[in-house]
Parts: sequence; structure tokens; C-alpha cells
Amino acid sequence: MLAYTLRRVLWSVPTVLAVITACFLLLHLTPGGPFDTDKHLSADVMANLNARYHLDEPLWQQYFRYLGGLLHGDLGSSFRYADWSVNELVRKAAPVSLGIGGISIPLAVLLGVGLGALAAVRRNSVIDHAVMMLGNLGNVVPPFVLGPVLVLCFAILIKSADGNGLLPAGGWGDGDWRHRVLPVALLVIINMAAIARVMRGSLIEVLSGNFIRTALAKGLPGHVIVLRHALRPALMPVVSLLGPVCISSITAAVVTESVFALPGLGQLVLNGAVNRDYTLVLGLVVLTTVCAVLFNLLVDLAYAWLDPRIRY
Amino acid sequence: MAMLEVQHLTVGFERRDGPPVTVVHDVSFALDAGGTLAIVGESGSGKSQTVMGLLGLLASNGRATGHVRLRDENLLGMTPRALNRIRGDRVAMIFQDPMTSLNPFLTMERQMTEALQLHRKVTRRVARQRAIEALERVSIPDAARRIGMYPHEFSGGMRQRVLIAAALMMEPDVLIADEPTTALDVTVQAQIMALLREMNRERGTAILLITHDMGVVAELCDDVMVMYAGRAVEKASARALFEAPLHPYTAGLLGALPRLDAPGGSTLRTIPGNPPMPGSGGAGCAFAPRCAVALERCHTEMPVLESIGAPPRLRARACHLAVDEGAARQPAPGARP
Amino acid sequence: MNVPTFIAAAARKRRTAPALARFVSHRAALASVVLLGLIALACFAGPLFLRNSPIDNDWSAIALAPTLAGGHWFGTDELGRDLLARTLVGGRVSLEVGLLGTFVSALFGVIYGATAGFLGGRMDAAMMRIVDMMYAIPYLLIAILMVTLFGRAFSLVVLTISAFSWLDMARVVRGQTLSLRSREFVDAARAIGVHPAAIIARHIVPNLAGIVAIYATVTVPSIILTESVLSFLGLGVQEPMTSWGVLIQDGAQKLDAMPWLLLCPAVLLCATLYCVNFIGDGLRDALDPRER
Repeated sequence: MLAYTLRRVLWSVPTVLAVITACFLLLHLTPGGPFDTDKHLSADVMANLNARYHLDEPLWQQYFRYLGGLLHGDLGSSFRYADWSVNELVRKAAPVSLGIGGISIPLAVLLGVGLGALAAVRRNSVIDHAVMMLGNLGNVVPPFVLGPVLVLCFAILIKSADGNGLLPAGGWGDGDWRHRVLPVALLVIINMAAIARVMRGSLIEVLSGNFIRTALAKGLPGHVIVLRHALRPALMPVVSLLGPVCISSITAAVVTESVFALPGLGQLVLNGAVNRDYTLVLGLVVLTTVCAVLFNLLVDLAYAWLDPRIRY
Repeated sequence: MAMLEVQHLTVGFERRDGPPVTVVHDVSFALDAGGTLAIVGESGSGKSQTVMGLLGLLASNGRATGHVRLRDENLLGMTPRALNRIRGDRVAMIFQDPMTSLNPFLTMERQMTEALQLHRKVTRRVARQRAIEALERVSIPDAARRIGMYPHEFSGGMRQRVLIAAALMMEPDVLIADEPTTALDVTVQAQIMALLREMNRERGTAILLITHDMGVVAELCDDVMVMYAGRAVEKASARALFEAPLHPYTAGLLGALPRLDAPGGSTLRTIPGNPPMPGSGGAGCAFAPRCAVALERCHTEMPVLESIGAPPRLRARACHLAVDEGAARQPAPGARP
Repeated sequence: MNVPTFIAAAARKRRTAPALARFVSHRAALASVVLLGLIALACFAGPLFLRNSPIDNDWSAIALAPTLAGGHWFGTDELGRDLLARTLVGGRVSLEVGLLGTFVSALFGVIYGATAGFLGGRMDAAMMRIVDMMYAIPYLLIAILMVTLFGRAFSLVVLTISAFSWLDMARVVRGQTLSLRSREFVDAARAIGVHPAAIIARHIVPNLAGIVAIYATVTVPSIILTESVLSFLGLGVQEPMTSWGVLIQDGAQKLDAMPWLLLCPAVLLCATLYCVNFIGDGLRDALDPRER
């Protein structure tokens, strides 16, 4: 088990390295630098800026300088925000993104598994159809449509006592709960739909298996069969879905933060891309790739831990 | 009095597009306490669905009608909760495929003790002890260590033995075994049959054995019921059946058995054709299209199961042929057709 | 025709006739084909027949809610531009991106996957390793990066979006190729001495048609969606071109005053995605009824 983990971790390194290199090259080789878009600067100022950010050095030197910094956990200084390092920017934005994602993913899993299991056990009933419809909805309606619709309903149409919308239409407001409700709700609806769908299909399949027949023949009551026998095998596809779900929530964060004007990591990436802030974008891509690889690894490990047949 | 008495059992499945399909037509049989009955037939004859219908284990679109009595309780009229109390406790069932009949995510201990804990309310420790003893009785070596393992760490034969041990532990009145040895090789088959014989002889467990293998029937069972296309076509004691089958299908089944004393070079005899799809029956006998001695009448009129002789040599048969003609016209096994 | 081709062709023929019947009997899929056809027709041909153009400003009808008057069935925005016309024209772009992007991505995915599956062994493992690595990358970030670096010309946007959507297609095609490769008619072709490229082209690719069709219908919505997201973030197609994503973003910003600006294109977008999903379901049922 340990050997497997180590092997996987080792394999992740080339992946991350490849991504870093690709991004680095992309950024540096395409025409246009970080300071081009601004008002025209004089040649001297340009020279100074280039020197300060080491942009005048040969490419490979910049590359290794960056990698070296990475090993120290230093993501470099932002080009755009002159006095800020990328680390600091990330540190400011991360709590916002985590404050939303950290709540919505566990909630989505809980609700998704519960609803999916309910739909599977009560097949073709009203609950089943409702869950399937919700699944279709979350699948088809894009987050950037659902988000504004939620805002329309809860922040504009439905009013609270003081005449304003029931919930704020956006902004972070130092993280008070009212600002979190809609973004969390959006992410939960989207992810819950996918999870419920998978859970339902998986549980239906497990329940038609032979070992369930054996359990029935022993006279075990329904709830024992579902909870003790069927749940763990049925959860396997859900667990493997969690990897892509976590990764896609990084993507979803960009859209969600755009819709609700939240100053999180997604906004940071967007601004960085538009401003050609090399180090910022590179740093965020590095971070998210490392996270994605880590998620995948954790999911694989969880898989192996849950299923006694998988032992490395 | 019979331990298990089944009368006029009919099992059908409802379909979304079309009329319901009947897979078991009006089947009746009885199993005495401590007795052994085999239900024999090809795949698709309805033998498995008969016992699934008995125990309320049909798929959600399945319907069973008739009378099924276990001692003095009517099984078909019971609520699912009452049925749960009987299943696994007084009637135990083991299935055909040991490789998939155990939950790969749970230890053997959990799967062996849960029925005991449920029905007899014993503690975990007591249940574990009984399980280890049961494993030893079915000759699983190193039982105390093995019991904590998972199913994938056992071979097919061992898994079937564990399933039998789990059934044993409950000391049921009736054990229903649905083709318990089909998926296993011959040597393991012998072990399993020996186990079942021991359960019957030493503990008085009545055994209802479903099989398509006549050899297995000969080893274990006192009585036999032959099914074809969802109907019972012959019922007899095993001895009488083997000595003189009275239905052309039974004769065909026996004739198809390879024999050590057949003359060298003789071909293996088969019954030509295939059994009919469930629900595709016509008015006549379902076996008529394949029967070598079918009459005109056989294709138009369904034969009814009639009793022949008197107890204790009571037999039954559903065929239009005269009794002495039924088997006599089938060529002797091993001879050139 | 050599024998293996003949057998494969016969097998295919037997499969398509009842498959078509099965598809047609899937009512949701059939309705979706009709609805999608109508939407496509409206988007590509509709603007020619509309009274109002998408770029003219009708100063007499500013910020109008949907009404039958003056032909402004979807209403107008704050500059008096007719929303119906804009939505249909935007739909053209969204659908074009969807189709083109799917075509590019499918082409690449099929070639990559079929080659990997056919070559097998280490080449296959290496090629699939690359796919696995690409899966781990959150594509939207890279897409954002690529768009800002390469610009927002239409063709480049399409390329950017297709850059990551070929992964699923490649995987699935590779799996199918692997199983086809071990089938008898391929062995027979090999035994006769047919060149590997010819085997891939003549035997494997036609048998992939079914699964490619199914995955194409899965890819289309995701490409339309990606384009819409990029447009929503302000990184999609450039003015004067508009797409549903751009319109939705515009509408999202003026939600309290003119909610129809968001809702009308959103409804059309969702309807399109819904239809394509159902068509995909129908295809799946028709071509592999066991998968129900």
C-alpha cells in the first residue's frame, strides 16, 4: 500500500512539471509582455522593469530561477500588483474560495448520496422521478445561467423586510453567512445532481447482484441490506466521481466567483490572465494542478481502502 | 405430515409491453420432514423460479399464486416482514454461483453471523464461535484465522462450503439448494454432495435440490420431480424413476447420460431441438415437438398430471401415451438409435 | 470484396435498420431532433426574415420587455437592439462553434484513440499516459490562458475549446479499437496481408461509427458550454460577433432592470443542450439496447 502511494506520488511529479513547463513556455513565447498593454513607457523604464523581473535573462535561466523558487514555496512576485508577491495574493483570496468550496462539496456529497440512494430504493416512484429530473437539470443548466437565475429569485424578486433583496446579490462582505448562501447553493445543486445520478444507477445495479439475493434469502430486513450490504459497493463509482468533481469545482469557482463577484482564487486567475501577469497565472496554474493531482491520488487511495479486493 | 407442501403454484412475470409471461404452471409437490426431493429440468424449465416464488424472492414484477405451506404456515399469504422471519431461519437457501453469492466487501465472519444474530439474538462473540465451529464441520482448515478474511481470498469450492456452513448454523427445517455444484468441478462436487447428505442424515434437515444433473439426483435424493417448460411432467421416487422412466422427456434425460457400460463407439444421445421460450406455449404438450414418440393428440391437447399406482409406490405423469408404452419405445441407453 | 469486409458490412447492415427503428421509438429523442432542427433553422435562416436587425438601434423602443408590438418578441436592451434577432444571430455562433469544435475534437480523438488502440503495447500505454496527465489539468484555466495569449479570433477560439475535449473521445475509441482488434475479421485481414493502416481505415473505423456518434453528442454540449463560459467571462468571441454566452453575461449584469435579457438566450441555450442530451440518450439506446 505504501509502495503504491509512493509510486503514485512519484508519477505525479512529471505531470506537474510538464504543466509548469508548458505554461511557462506559453507565457514567454507568445508575443506581448506584461507591460505592453499599459501606457507607453519610456525605454529606460522598460529596461528597469525588465531587469527587475529578470525578463532580460535568457529563457532557460528564467525557467530554472522559477523552479528554484518553487522548491522554496515561493511563487514569485506579481507583475501587476507591484508590491505583492503571488503568495500573498493567494493567501488573501484562498479563504474565499475555500470558504465556499469547503462547504459545498461535502454538502453536495451528502445530499447526492442520500437522494440517489432514496431514488434507487424507491424506483419509479415520485421521488425517483424528481431526483432524475433534478439530475437532468443540474446537468444541463449551466452554472452561469443558474447563478444569475438564483440571484434573480432570491436577491431581486423576493424581498426581505427592509425592502432589499432577501439575500445579497454578490460580494463577499467579509464572509458573513448571507453572502455565502447563494454561491454554496449553486455549487451544491450542480454537483449534487451528478452525484445523485451516479449513486442511483450504481445502487440499482448493486441491488440486482447475487450477494443481495443471498442476503434476502437470509431474511435480512430491507434497511440492513441497503446499509450494510449495498452501500459500500454502490459508493465506489461515487468515490471515483469525486476526483473530477473536485477538479471541476476549481473550474466552477471561476464562474461562480464571476457571477457573485467574490474575490477568490478564480477571480485572481481571470484577472491575471487578462493582465498578462505571468507569475500570478503560472503560480495559480501550478497550485491548481498540484491540487488536482493530489485529489486524484486521494481518490485512488480511498478506492483501495474501501474495496478489500484492491491491494497493492 | 409434509414439512413443505406446495399446491398449484403458478409463477408469472408482468411485462411493460405485453401480457404477463407464465414461467411456472400449476406445480404441486410435497417434501417430508427429513426427506430429500430433487426438482430436475433443463435451463428455462422454471425450476429456479418455482423455489424463488416459494420464498418470495421473485423480481419486483413477479407474481406467485397457489398454496405454499411450511408446516402449518401459509407462505404466499405472508407479509414481507413475516416472511423475513422464516427466511434464513427455518428455510435456508444456497445458490448456484458461489463466486458472486458473497459480498466482497464484508468479511466471512460478518456474513456468517448476521443471520444468527438476527434470528436468534445471540451476541457477537457467541455467533463468532458458532461460525468457527460450523467452518470446521465443513472442513475449512484454520477456521479461526480464515473467518476474518474476505471472500476473494477463498476458492469457489470453499466459498460454497462456507455458504453451506452458514446455512447449517441456523439448523433450518428445510434447505433449498439451487444447483449448488453446477459451477464447481467434479471433485468439489463430490465434497459438497457429501456435506448435504450429512446434513440430511445426521440433522434431519429436509433438502429440496434443484439440478439438471441426474447423477447428483441419484446420489442424494429419495424423490424426484421432473419439470419441462414450467410444468411438472413426472413425479416418482428416485429409484423408480431410474429403473423405469414413464415420460419420454425423463427417458430422454436418462438416455443422454454417458454410461461406462455403453458399447464402445456408441454416440452420446441427445434430445433434438431446444426447450420452448417461456410464454410461447401452444395448446398441446410442450415437449411434443421434440418427442420421438409423439401422437397426433399430443400436439393439440395438453396432458394432465395423473397419479399412477398407489402409495408407497405412488407416481405421477403427464403424458398421453399409455403407461407401458411411455418408456418402452425409447431405445435402450447406449444402443445405436 | 474480400471476405472479412463483406462479413463486417453485413453485420453493420443488420444493426442499422432496427437501430433506426429503436431511435425513432425513443420519443424524447425524436422530439429533441425536431426541436433542435427548429432552433437551428431559426438561428441560421431566421434573421433573414426578421423585421429587426441585431445591430440597429430602435430608439423608440428602449428596454422593452418581450411584447408582440413592433416585432420585438424577446424585447430590447437599453440601446434598443432587438433581443430576438441578437439571440438568433448569437445562436448561429454558438451552434457553429459547437459543431466545428466537435468535428475537430472528434477527428483528433478518433485518430489518436484508434492508433493507440491498434498499436497496443507500450505505444498505447504511453499515449494513454499522456491522456491521463491531460485529464488532471483543469482545462478552463488553460483555456483562459490560451485565449488571452492567442487572441480571440473565431478559429482560435474553436481550437482552444477543442484542445481538451478530445480526451473522452480518444479514450472511448481506444477501448473500442482494442476490443475490435481481437475480433476474427481483423485477424483474417491480417492473415491476408492487409496493411495496418488499411485495416484501421477499412475495418476498425467503420465499426467505430456508432460509439463516435454517441460521444459526439456528448461532446457538442460540452463545447457549446465551454464557449459560453468563456464568453461569459469576457474571453470568448469578439465584437461584433455575439454568442449566447455573451448575451447571458450581458443579461446577468442588468438583471434587476431587464431580466429578459438573461432569460431569453438562457432558455434557448438550455433547450439546445437538453435536446442534444436526449438525442445522445436515444442514440445510446438505439445502438446498444443493453445499456438501458
